[in-house]
Amino acid sequence: MTKTTIPVHLDINGHHHELQLEPRVTLLDALRERLGLTGTKKGCDHGQCGACTVHIDGERVLACLTLAAQAEGRAITTIEGLAREGELHPVQAAFLEQDAFQCGYCTSGQIMSAVACIREGHAGSDEEIREYMAGNLCRCGAYPHIVAAVRQAAQEFAA
Amino acid sequence: MRDFDYIRPASIPDAIAAAAEPGSAYLAGGTNLLDLMKGGVTSPQRIVDISRLPELNRIERLEDGGLRIGALVRNADLAHDAAFAKAYPMVAEALLSGASAQLRNAATVGGNLLQRTRCSYFYDTASACNKRVSGAGCAALGGENRLHAVLGWSDACIATHPSDFCVPLVALDAVVEIEGKQGRRHVTLAEFHLLPGETPQRENALEPGDLIVAVRLPAEAASFAANARYLKVRERTSYAFALVSAAAALVVDGGKIRAARLALGGVAAKPWRARAAEAMLLGADANEATFASAADAALADASPSGDNAFKIELARRIVVRALTSAQAGTPERLPALPASPFSNIPGARHDA
Repeated sequence: MTKTTIPVHLDINGHHHELQLEPRVTLLDALRERLGLTGTKKGCDHGQCGACTVHIDGERVLACLTLAAQAEGRAITTIEGLAREGELHPVQAAFLEQDAFQCGYCTSGQIMSAVACIREGHAGSDEEIREYMAGNLCRCGAYPHIVAAVRQAAQEFAA
Repeated sequence: MRDFDYIRPASIPDAIAAAAEPGSAYLAGGTNLLDLMKGGVTSPQRIVDISRLPELNRIERLEDGGLRIGALVRNADLAHDAAFAKAYPMVAEALLSGASAQLRNAATVGGNLLQRTRCSYFYDTASACNKRVSGAGCAALGGENRLHAVLGWSDACIATHPSDFCVPLVALDAVVEIEGKQGRRHVTLAEFHLLPGETPQRENALEPGDLIVAVRLPAEAASFAANARYLKVRERTSYAFALVSAAAALVVDGGKIRAARLALGGVAAKPWRARAAEAMLLGADANEATFASAADAALADASPSGDNAFKIELARRIVVRALTSAQAGTPERLPALPASPFSNIPGARHDA
C-alpha cells in the first residue's frame, strides 16, 4: 500500500464536495458518514434490498455496491435532491397520497427507483411496475400501495 | 473490507500492466466484486478500475455480419438496445431476467462472465470451500445443496455458475476476446468457463493480467431471431437466480428443424451447451415428442450432487417448454416478466 487515502471529488445534488477517502469507502458510506446525507439508507449493504438506490448521471444504481471513487465526477442525485424549492417531487407526493409505506425505511430507495422506473418507460402496467421495482424490497409489505403510487405518478407524467 | 490501492489506468495496456501484479483485480461495475470483498471472500491488494476506458464501451456491427460487444457495455444498455434485442431476443430476455434494474445499470458484459458462484459455502468464510482455499474440502457436499449442480460437478466442487446472460450466449457460439501480456486472443465461451474437476479454484481461461475486452457473436447467431426463447425457473417471481434455465433457438421449415441451439443454466459450473440434444433435434419434426427426446438427451449425464434430484426433472421440463415456446415464435414484445414460465406460451403445457 502506498497511501491510505485518495482525493475524491463528488458532485451531489448539484453541490461539489472534495473529500479525502480510503479507496474502500462506498458511495453509500461517503453520503451517510462523511456528508450527513442520511436519506439514502443502508439496508443489507449487499445489493439485495435497494434501500441505498441513488441516481448516477440520471440512472438508478446501488450506492452500497459503488465505490465513492467510481462515482467521481459524475452527477449524483439522492433523495435529498429530488424536491425543488420546497415542492415535493411528484413521486414523493404520490407516495404520500397513496400511503405507500409503513415504517419508511425502504421509502427513499423506493422513490429513487420509481423516479427512474418511470423515466425509463417501465411503468406502463402494474405487472411492469412490479417487475421493474423488484430490486426494492419492503419488509412491511406495502407493495400494493407502492405500485399504486408509481402508477399514479406515471400517469401524472404522461398527462 | 480490507483496504487496497486504487488505480485508474488511462489505457488498456496500462490496465494490463497494473493488473499483472499479484493480488490485483479489475473493477468494472463492481456489483459482485465489492460484495465479495465486503465478506472477505476475496481481498485484492490492488484494484484496477477499468470502468472509464472508453474503447470498451461500444457495440459494433462487424463486416462479416457478426457483432462485437465491448466488455464494459452495461447489461441494461445491451438489453435495451433495440437492434440488439431484435437480432438476439433470447439474449435480451436473459439479461432482463437477471438481477434488478439498479444492478443491470452497473453490471457489465465482462463482469457478467466473471461473476462468481452464489454457493452459500463459497460466501461463508467459516465453511470449507475448495474454490476459496484449495484443498480445504467442500462443505456443500454434505450441506444444504438443493440449488447445486447436477451436471459436470466433481467431489471437489458442486457449485453452479449463476449467469443468465451466458446461457443464450453459449448457445449462439459466442467468443470471448481477451487481451493480455501476450497480445489479443479469442476463446469460445464454451471453452472459457471450466468445470471444477480437481481444481475448482480455476474457473476460466484467464491468466493473470488478462482482460476481457469484448464478446463476439458470429453472423449465424442472428438467424435464430424469429424462434428463440430464454426461460428461467426461480424460487420467487423476480430478482432471483435461476434454479434451472434454458435458452432454446430453432430454425423450422415445413415442420422440420433445420437448425437448433440449446443451453441450460443453473445446472453446472458453466453455462451448459446441450450438443447431444441439438444433434437429436436437427432434421427431426418439430413436435413435443422430439422435444421430449431432446430433453432426455440433454440430461442423460445428469446426476444429483445432493438433495437436488428434482432439478434434473425440472430441467427436462424446462427444455421441452423452452423448445415449445421457441417453436411458437419469439414474442413481438418482450413479456412484462422476462423469461418467466408463468407467462402464457401458446401450445406449452402449464405443468412444466
